[in-house]
Amino acid sequence: MKKKLTTVVFRGTPEQEEKLIAAIDKYKGVKGAMMPILQEAQSIYGYLPIEVQKIIAERTGVSLEEIYGIASFYAQFKLNPDGEVAVAVCLGTACYVKGSGQIIEEVSKQLNVAVGSTSPDGRYSLEATRCIGACGLAPVMTINGEVYGRLTVAEVAGILEKYR
Amino acid sequence: MKSIQELSEIRDRMKQAMVIRKGTEKSYDAVAGQGSVRSQVLICGGTGCTSSGSVNIHKALDEELERRGLQDQVKVVQTGCFGLCANGPIMIIYPEGTFYSHVKVEDVPEIVSEHLLGGRSVDRLLHKEKVDGVLTTIPSLADTGFYKKQHRVALRNCGAIDPENIDEYIGTDGYQALAKVLTQMTPQQVIDTVLASGLRGRGGAGFPTGRKWQFAANQPAGKKYVVCNADEGDPGAFMDRSVLEGDPHAVLEAMAIAGYAIGADEGYIYVRAEYPIAVHRLQVAIAQAREYGLLGQDIFGTGFNFDITLRLGAGAFVCGEETALLTSIEGNRGEPHPRPPFPAVKGLFGKPTIINNVETYANVAQIINNGAAWFSAMGTEKSKGTKVFALGGKIVNTGLVEIPMGTTLREIIDDIGGGIPNGKKFKAAQTGGPSGGCIPARFLDTPIDYDNLLAIGSMMGSGGLIVMDEDNCMVDIAHFFLEFTVDESCGKCTPCRVGTRRLLEILEKIISGNGEMEDLDRMEELCRYIKEGSACGLGQTAPNPVIATMKYFRDEYIAHIVDKTCPAGVCKKLLRYSIDPEKCIGCGKCARNCPNEAIVRTDYIAPGHKLASMQILAEKCVKCGACMSGCKFDAISKS
Repeated sequence: MKKKLTTVVFRGTPEQEEKLIAAIDKYKGVKGAMMPILQEAQSIYGYLPIEVQKIIAERTGVSLEEIYGIASFYAQFKLNPDGEVAVAVCLGTACYVKGSGQIIEEVSKQLNVAVGSTSPDGRYSLEATRCIGACGLAPVMTINGEVYGRLTVAEVAGILEKYR
Repeated sequence: MKSIQELSEIRDRMKQAMVIRKGTEKSYDAVAGQGSVRSQVLICGGTGCTSSGSVNIHKALDEELERRGLQDQVKVVQTGCFGLCANGPIMIIYPEGTFYSHVKVEDVPEIVSEHLLGGRSVDRLLHKEKVDGVLTTIPSLADTGFYKKQHRVALRNCGAIDPENIDEYIGTDGYQALAKVLTQMTPQQVIDTVLASGLRGRGGAGFPTGRKWQFAANQPAGKKYVVCNADEGDPGAFMDRSVLEGDPHAVLEAMAIAGYAIGADEGYIYVRAEYPIAVHRLQVAIAQAREYGLLGQDIFGTGFNFDITLRLGAGAFVCGEETALLTSIEGNRGEPHPRPPFPAVKGLFGKPTIINNVETYANVAQIINNGAAWFSAMGTEKSKGTKVFALGGKIVNTGLVEIPMGTTLREIIDDIGGGIPNGKKFKAAQTGGPSGGCIPARFLDTPIDYDNLLAIGSMMGSGGLIVMDEDNCMVDIAHFFLEFTVDESCGKCTPCRVGTRRLLEILEKIISGNGEMEDLDRMEELCRYIKEGSACGLGQTAPNPVIATMKYFRDEYIAHIVDKTCPAGVCKKLLRYSIDPEKCIGCGKCARNCPNEAIVRTDYIAPGHKLASMQILAEKCVKCGACMSGCKFDAISKS
């Protein structure tokens, strides 16, 4: 998947950096540890900006190119931070045949945010996700982890209103 | 735990608690001398029901029981998935076996006062379904049409036990198979049993599991690995997730058995990070198994060592391919590499490795316990046992079903799935995810097994089964899967990386009304090149959705290309919205809803109406459908 680099300014704190270094050191000597390290780094910072990748590169001795190669390969590694209100619409097959394509269009229209991006003020982000496995509730979207199922296009505006 | 004796003691103690769920006993003593438990309430804690709020119901029930002083008499158990996800949140109360669906937090006080205290079932929450055309109340889960034709082997504990309590797994004969192989069988006997059972890989291609194990066992002794592929990436497939959420110990036990069979002492489970509940349950299960000494050093005092590490995927579909998965566990970009060498010879960290899928492992302990003949008695000649399908799309009973191999699609869709909602007509069933194909109505009576599905141009795949009705456009579906494959192609092989993109571009041309008949030939040619020229399963199967839809639904392609219409009314650029002037009362709501000022008033007033009717200007219409969804007079149609 093609990923865009973020334009949001990096605001890491010394506490976060301390946690990151502890996480890297925990995996010293573990075989194949780069994925778990990146996963922990993402849970500390919420995404993987180039600044964080540089710290990992210096600490592990793995080149930045290789780390960037891994971070950009996997869909779950975010090079962009989430919005304060993070909307994700499932585009798995079960949701798609039940109309999630129209749902995501409606969300994009309502929030004025393109799919796969964050609004310039950092308030909203919209993501098309792979199947989250809640096919019984299709079509499904999540907002900050809260699940909304059996959606219709008409309901979207009302649901988003709660997050304005 | 050091001995099999201790394992059997836990089993016998737990069996008493489990019999109440079979309906044969009315109560049991949880702890001697503290009164007896007379009811168990099972609440589904799978992803589907959790998404519809089952955690809050569990909490409310605990509080209500406490308030009424019933907490010692009624035990609340959080289980894995029952399968009937469309009706969640689901609750079952034993010993009666009463099945409540669509339960809400507000229903909890009534369930406690009426059912658990009053002994009367809450009728309005009972499941209802049509039997011979009459809406009938079905009080118990086992009697629903959804369950009757199912045969649960891999899912036997899903929805039946608490997956976060190892004792409940032991109470259903858990870890007995591991005890048996370690004390009574040689590694070769284990492999022979799995071979004789006819078990084939449930992850997609259907390779015989026993043969895979044999290859790895034949390698010289030394470091070897057992890997579980839980990177269930097919959209619309959630079988593996449900097994991990509902019965994680079954997978751990089978991996230890496999370790003994091939001579490995280390296992890895590679699981999708998108499955937080499954990841959590696996972590709990691994910790409990270690605490009991069922994983770790010197298991049962036999000198056999085996431990398991959990690794989380990061959202790359290609990592479901075995060589890519191993590369990812090693901490790299998950790119596949050519086989041979097969992983059984040179796999994880360069060592002999077996990789099996979750559902495959879920069958293993039962094959050891019940014998190869028991397993091979189920299914068809070349496909033994059962298969779990995740039933989704345009179907009444969305959920998880397990059927003997050889069951027909019609039985799954009509009898188990409850048919297609809103009286719509069946168009196709999609199996095998982005690697599979669409099965048209004329094959509904084909018995499902690995070979039959391949013969009709689809594949078993991991088990996603998406039903589509007359409102789905097959060209759009092919486009949908191609978009997925283009996104997920790792980029290593040119035919896959570039070829799928070219294929997608031609499909885009067709759905936007610019297709030519020659495009069909071009696509066929491209499909062949991609299949022949790609290294891994993802690339080799990527054109399948296009090939299958072109074969079975060619008329829809032709309609898009020649008539410039989308018969199902899906492809936006080919749609025309129009207003029936006789039905339109001229209220003007559509014009107000229109984002592009494409609707204007005419000067025609239909007989009986006071205002002139509205009209859509085709050149300004953006085809958003806002006018149609807002019209109360059914005056707007699309074609």
